This record gives sequence, C-alpha cells and structure tokens, in this order.
Amino acid sequence: MTGHVHRDDFGSRLGMWLFLVTEMVLFGGLFIGYSYMRYRYPAEFHHGGGELNATLGIINTLVLLTSSLTVVLAIVAIQRAEKKRAMAFLGTTLALGLTFLVIKGFEWGAKFHHGIYPNSHHLATMPPGEQVFFGLYFTMTGLHGVHVIVGLGLLSVMLWWVATDRVRQDRYVHLENSGLYWHLVDVIWIFLLPLFYLAA
Amino acid sequence: MSTHASTAQPSYLVDTGARKGLMAWLTTTDHKRIGLLYLYSMITFFFVGVGIGFVMRLVQLTTFQKLISAQTYNALFTVHGVIMIFLFVVPGLPAIFGNFFLPILIGAKDVSFPRLNLASWYFFVAGAILAVLSLFTGGGAPDTGWTFYAPFSLKTGTNVSLAVFAAFVLGFSSMLTGINFITTIHRLRAPGMKWFRMPLMCWALYSTAWIQLLATPIVAITLVLVILERFFGIGIFDPSKGGDPLLYQHLFWIYSHPAVYIMILPAMGAISEILPTFAKRPIFGYKAIAFSSMSIAAVGSLVWAHHMFTSGMSATANMVFSLLTMIVAVPSAIKVFNWVSTLYKGSIDFQPPLLFTLTFIFLFCIGGLTGVMQGALALNVHIHDTYFIVGHFHYVMFGGTGMALFAALLYWFPKMWGKMYSKKAIYASWFPMFIGFNMLYFGMMILGMMGMPRRYYVHLPQFHTMHVVATVGSWLLILGLVMFFGTLLYAIFKGEKAEDNPWGGVTLEWTIPSPPPLENFEEIPTITHGPYHFEQQEAK
Repeated sequence: MTGHVHRDDFGSRLGMWLFLVTEMVLFGGLFIGYSYMRYRYPAEFHHGGGELNATLGIINTLVLLTSSLTVVLAIVAIQRAEKKRAMAFLGTTLALGLTFLVIKGFEWGAKFHHGIYPNSHHLATMPPGEQVFFGLYFTMTGLHGVHVIVGLGLLSVMLWWVATDRVRQDRYVHLENSGLYWHLVDVIWIFLLPLFYLAA
Repeated sequence: MSTHASTAQPSYLVDTGARKGLMAWLTTTDHKRIGLLYLYSMITFFFVGVGIGFVMRLVQLTTFQKLISAQTYNALFTVHGVIMIFLFVVPGLPAIFGNFFLPILIGAKDVSFPRLNLASWYFFVAGAILAVLSLFTGGGAPDTGWTFYAPFSLKTGTNVSLAVFAAFVLGFSSMLTGINFITTIHRLRAPGMKWFRMPLMCWALYSTAWIQLLATPIVAITLVLVILERFFGIGIFDPSKGGDPLLYQHLFWIYSHPAVYIMILPAMGAISEILPTFAKRPIFGYKAIAFSSMSIAAVGSLVWAHHMFTSGMSATANMVFSLLTMIVAVPSAIKVFNWVSTLYKGSIDFQPPLLFTLTFIFLFCIGGLTGVMQGALALNVHIHDTYFIVGHFHYVMFGGTGMALFAALLYWFPKMWGKMYSKKAIYASWFPMFIGFNMLYFGMMILGMMGMPRRYYVHLPQFHTMHVVATVGSWLLILGLVMFFGTLLYAIFKGEKAEDNPWGGVTLEWTIPSPPPLENFEEIPTITHGPYHFEQQEAK
C-alpha cells in the first residue's frame, strides 16, 4: 500500500525533534533523581565527585564536541556535493565516537579495579550517599554510553548511504536527522560532566 | 467487498499490492488497516483481561474457601491491571480510531510516517507477547500489582523484570504513535483546514500525543531503573544502599497520572464528534472544548502525587497536590457542560452511538466526581487503597474510556467496514451491560466506604453481601459485552451494506465512500468552514 509518493523533509525533521524531546525527558527522569539525591546527600556527592578523574572527563568532552563539529561539516560537504569529503568527515566522527567509548571504558575499568561497581562489597562499606552517587554515575553514564553506541550505528549507516548515493546533495534529511541525534548525545554529556566530574 | 460506484479507487479492504491475504495485512502501511490491526489485537487482550476479572470476582464469592491460591490471586490482579491498562485503555482510542480517522478528518491520505506507524504496531505486539511470556517463565507471574512499587518489586522472586520490560516496549510504541500524530497534524492538514477548523477528535489526539511524548519517557526510565536494580543492585530505590523507594513512586506517577489523561482525552474527542451528529447542530463551545483538552494535558501533568497522600510526603506537598487535583476537574466539567448544552434544543436522532455516548457522560460524571472526593485530603486518608478507589477508576476507565470506545466503534463501524449492525441487538446488549456495570463498580465503592481494602484475597463476613452483588453484576456485564461484540462480529460478515453517510454527519469521513477507498480522497478537499456545519447541509 505504498501508493503515496510523498516527501516532506520539514516533517521528517519535526518528527526527529519530537523524538529528541522524548530522549531529553528520558534523561530528565534521571536528572530529577540526581537533584533529589544530591539535595539529600550534598557532602557525599561532593566527595564522590572527587574520586572521578576530571581530566579524562574533560578530554572526553572535547572529543565529543569535536565529533559534533565534524558531523556538521559532513552535512555541509553533502550540501556542496563533495561526497569524498563528507565521507571523510563522517569517518572522523565515528573515530572520535569510538575514542570517547574507549576512554570511558578505561574509566569504568579503573573504578571496577578499585572495587567500585554496583552491588560490590567495597561499595557497601561506603556511606549511603556515596553508594547512591556511584549508582547514579554508572546508570547515567551507562545510558549515555548506550546512546553513543546507537549514534555510532546510525552514523555508520549514513556513511554507507553516502557511499552508495542514497544520501546526496538533493536528499540528505536522514543525514541531518542522524546529526541531530548525535548532537543530543553531545548535549546530554555536557550536563553529565559538571554533575559528576566537577561536583567536587 | 464492493467498490463504490463514483470512485475509481478500490476500497482499502481489497488487496491491491503484490501480497495477498494475511501477508498483505501484516506488511501494510495504510493507516486504516493498521487501525484495524490494533483493533483486533486489542479486543483480544480486552477479553483476556475480562476473563481474569471474572475469575477474581468468582474468588470473592466465598469468604474463605477459595478456588485458587493467594499467590495466584496476586498474580491475577497484577496481570489484569497490566493487560487492561497497557494493552487496552492507554493505547485503545488513539491507536484504533486515531490511526483510522485522524488522516481522514484532516483531509490527508495517510499519516506522516506510515512505515513508522506499522513499526509501532509491531512494538505493540512485541510488548504484548513479552507481557504474556512473563506469566509463564522465570519465577512465575508478577505479583506486585500493575504499579510495580519498590521495594517489593525489587525483591520479589516473580518475573517482574520481563513484565516491566514489556511495559517499556509498549511505551515505545505509544511514543512513536504520538510523534507520528503531532507531525501529521502539523504537516498534512488539507488546504483551508485551519487549526480551529479541525474536528475536536483531532484536538484531543493532538493533546494526547503531547502527553505521550512528555510523560512516557519518564516511566520508561523508571522501569529501566527497576530492571537495573534487580540485575545489578544499583541502589537508587533501595533504602539499605541510601536510595529512596518514595522516589520510585514519584517517578512512576509523574507518568502514570498523565497516562490517565492519555486514556480519557481521546475518549472525550470521540464523544465531541458523535454528539453534534445526533443533535444535528454544531458543538456548543468548540474553542472551550479544544482549549480544555490542552489545559487538561497541562494541569494533569502536575497532580501526580495525589496517589501518594498516605506515603509520608510533607503536609505542604499534600495540600498543593490536593488543590491542583481539584483544579484539573474544571476543564473536564467544562466539557461535560458543553456536551449537555449541545443536546439542548438540538433535533435529536436517537441511535445506538448516542445511547453509548449518554452512558459515557453519566458514568464519567460518577467517576469524575468520586475522583474529586478522593482529591480531598481528609477523605482520602480513610478510603485510600480500599475498594472505593477500585470502583472509582473503573467508572473513569471502563465507564469513561471503555464506553466512549464502544460509542466510537458503533459510530464509525459502518464507515470502517461498510456494513451496518443490528441496532436492536445493540440496544439489547446495553441493558445487561449498564445494570451489571453499576452493580459491580458501585458495589465496589460501597464496599470501600465500609472499609474493604483492595487487593485482599479474603474478606470479612460483613462485606459478603456486597461482594455477592458485585460478582453477579460482573456476570451481567460480561453477558452484555459478549452480546455487543457478537453483534458487531456478525455484522462484519453478514451485515447489510451501509450507506456512505448513515448518520447524517458533516465531517470529512462522511463525504467519502464506505468503506473508504485506498487513498481516502479522490482529490484532497479544500476546507472553507468549521467542522460542524449543519446549516449549510440543510440549505442544500
């Protein structure tokens, strides 16, 4: 029943923005939990933040911000019909996203190494406020990590579509929407950074 | 199915693509067929829920000697709630009639994202299958009640994780439908279909879609937290790890109270469509109804904690939420006054859809007013978690949304299938349904006032008489339901052919053949006036 040949790029973008609203509200639930718990345990959150590696957090922020820039440059390149350049920028974005995940992985690994992971014995000896801090830390950065992985999946498909000309100068709304999703991932991280790493 | 004489397009019920039969339906992107897919799957689950309710009532026929174990009873009320809420009442009207009629009502050929629309149905089916699987796998059917309150939901050995994941997937389906509807209303209105020329059903669906968008993700993340808590013990809701179970209740109701308005707003929209057609005059207070939909959506998002008056919140919070709860009754009452005023001095054509519409108004008023009662703090403390609340929400959800869904089904049935049902059989089904309904749920409210707590497996002897009344009521109600759906099912196969406009309606769906052609309109219409324009029709 696909009789209607109907193309509405504005509508597609509107749909994507609405989807991003739901994503923000999804994280919003966690931010509500965070504010409530931080109000309850201010000292423990301060101390917990001090145990995170702020340098790695800031490096990761720069990595993610740069990747948002390269995705925009890829869209500009497509608008100018520069296919190779667009693919190069998309490839860079993917590489930066992977870098982010690797750094994140090292961070989590270091915490696990120190016996800090959900339900661990070591964590159980810490004050309740810090247990909640790390519970939220793993949940929120973990959910963010899942979004990075989904975003990388989307951008990989876009790279393939640019290569096979399904995304091209006169038809690039899918790339724009994937870019929007990638910016969302970026924006959420910008909130996570001060809430956890700079809380000390 | 025969095609209409005046159109070259075949009816949407005829397979025109490469695929035939069931495969053509399962791969369709036509909003009308997707609407029917939702209808068939939801009515199936509705009857599963009804069956469970029937067994629960049988259990209460006796005071102590029971047919089933207490654990099974816990599972039954949980599963009854999960099925009825997540598989029937929340998605019901928007998914069935929203899909089928929203594009037609605004003069479009389809929704903005037809493939996403089909994907939403598959999400719905996947969620439904997971919900059913949760009954038979893992540690047995969940026994927490549909609210999955922490800390019990974190500790129970039953299969809560899978049931919660099912609700998550169903929420995804609901959100995607919401995105689709908002985009459709913004982008695909026919030329001249200004915002205030839209039929009120569209306003209702629009406000519903915004609640779906803004509230559903909150329950999604809450349910994800329950799963994480069960598998990894992250501790956010666990007091022994510094967490707070009250946070669960807040997050849960931040969604689940607005969800009540996801349930009722499309029902109100359908009622606002039906009344003008049978009163043969424009709806009274079009803008008031449209704006009250939006204000219900807004204020309804700020009243969630009235479910938690006895949970140990501060007195200030209790009073604020009590006040807001009373305020949200105002826009609902505006609608009721407008509906009744529409009938005043109308030339009333009494038909089955109008009967069920009036039933809706009557039952919804009882449900709504008992809701205001419970918004009052002093009374709430006494009737909290009793049968009173069970009776109340069945009045709103079943007497409100359910009856409106039946009214909408009767109203649009001839358009959807191109067949007409036996009106006498429908009238006959109404009597047992209405009498049984009130015996069952008014009986429950009386039990609650007497002090019978909800979700109890056994009851004291002084409650026995009313329990018997309620159980007999449930039999009558089920008899009425079987007669109702039996009549409609018979009509789909053997009904007489319906006219294009059997009720004399003036909105766009009545200007096209019954059943509608594949792309709805031969030519996209140009709209020059508001939706309920009866004078012009008379002038013709």
